[in-house]
Amino acid sequence: MMNYSFRPPEEPAVRAQGLTVVRGPRTVLRGLDFTVPRGQVTGLLGPSGCGKSTLMRAVVGTQAKVSGTLDVLGSPAGHPTLRTRIGYVTQAPSIYDDLSVRQNLDYFAAIADPGRAAAGRRHKNVTRAIADVDLTTHTDVLAGSLSGGQRSRVSLAVALLGTPELLVLDEPTVGLDPVLRRDLWQLFHTIAAERGATLLISSHVMDEAERCHRLLLMRAGEILADDTPDALRTRTGSETVEDAFLHLVDEATAAGGTKESTR
Amino acid sequence: MSTTHPATSAPAAPRALNLSRTTATAARVLRQLRHDPRTIALMLLVPCLMLLLLRYVFDGSARVFDNIGASLLGIFPLITMFLVTSIATLRERTSGTLERLLAMPLGKGDLIAGYALAFGTLAVIQSALATGLALWFLGLDVIGSPWLLLLVALLDALLGTALGLFVSAFAASEFQAVQFMPAVIFPQLLLCGLFTPRENMHPVLETISDALPMSYAVDGMNEVMRHTDMTTAFVRDTAIVAGCAVLVLALGAATLKRRTV
Repeated sequence: MMNYSFRPPEEPAVRAQGLTVVRGPRTVLRGLDFTVPRGQVTGLLGPSGCGKSTLMRAVVGTQAKVSGTLDVLGSPAGHPTLRTRIGYVTQAPSIYDDLSVRQNLDYFAAIADPGRAAAGRRHKNVTRAIADVDLTTHTDVLAGSLSGGQRSRVSLAVALLGTPELLVLDEPTVGLDPVLRRDLWQLFHTIAAERGATLLISSHVMDEAERCHRLLLMRAGEILADDTPDALRTRTGSETVEDAFLHLVDEATAAGGTKESTR
Repeated sequence: MSTTHPATSAPAAPRALNLSRTTATAARVLRQLRHDPRTIALMLLVPCLMLLLLRYVFDGSARVFDNIGASLLGIFPLITMFLVTSIATLRERTSGTLERLLAMPLGKGDLIAGYALAFGTLAVIQSALATGLALWFLGLDVIGSPWLLLLVALLDALLGTALGLFVSAFAASEFQAVQFMPAVIFPQLLLCGLFTPRENMHPVLETISDALPMSYAVDGMNEVMRHTDMTTAFVRDTAIVAGCAVLVLALGAATLKRRTV
């Protein structure tokens, strides 16, 4: 059922083998095997509730009850040395509403890169991160009085501080207008190309899939496909990634029979 | 290759406090409060107003005011800091900022010490105002040094911060967090010797009150009231309050989990 037609490149950013996560009585991820190649934008796509956020939390190391093998940037997921090397953005913006945009970033920068000696570098990083997410005109506005889309951009800016080798972004473009979405995807590709970072980005909007180098298609805690958008379309003979996804779902349902009802 | 073993990494060796991360956290907490002047005003002024009220409630009996007033100087910082900390850390948990911070290189000790430092600073200001008002304007009769009153008040504030931090782990909403105030604070308030000396209580209650930290906070205040210098009882009381604060802070640290379900 799973597809292994690609050749995994040397030392991927994320390598999972038999990754399983249990939450309460439910098995949210069921023995996943996948890799996320370095220096590329990998999309994690699937319907809401299929386990995308849980997979991301496992990679970042904030998810409990993880079993199997999960190596991130050469260390086991959640290893303390990874905390400075990974940028993570949760679905809901995790920022302080009662601080201004700059005060939010100043604080998180001071945690990531502490000490008086680093003050100049921090200031530069904060200014760049604010510019990256196009909030330079709102630097001194309280985060609580920003719009929903602006707040999620502040949250994104926090993850861009410093130069993380791996960026894990949980639905970063939800609720944003088309222009901003396009700009952010351009930013993601710039970050991958110029800073050599690996990006793992989740979305349930299939048209965003076309903008990724690689795709992990998920459904009900399993990975349906792990491939490039082009290869997916060719293999399934579909016009779009959305059609390819639906094709794969039908295929899986036909093959697995009662897969969905065992939940 | 196919053997399954937990992907969870071994926990890191406990890190020493990082001073700049601690002070950055304290500065951030104070900065958040600065955007909320009403909370600051309530924290600083309500204890003073209560003392003023109490002074004239017991207008005819200055001795009662002396007893209750000194005890209250120890109780106010505890209650205020309990409330503020439990709500602040609950918000930190529910807004996702705690998860983000713990995914960053922030030690749990840095976070807790940062909160303790920020709220401790406020507690010192609050206690200085309340003590000053009580001693010089309301005629509270204290034989010992006002500095010792401040010291006890600061320790009480730390105890309140610790209790609030600990309790916030068990509250799923701000409604629940506020309800922990009567659950955790009121029994101590009744049993701490504020309303009647502890030795006059039913023996069972007296034993319980011996086990509650607020009792020692009030005892410590009363020692300062009655003696010119530091008595051994005072040293014991303050040591117990400080010990409880440290113990509960450690318990609170244990509730901050990097990995959550």
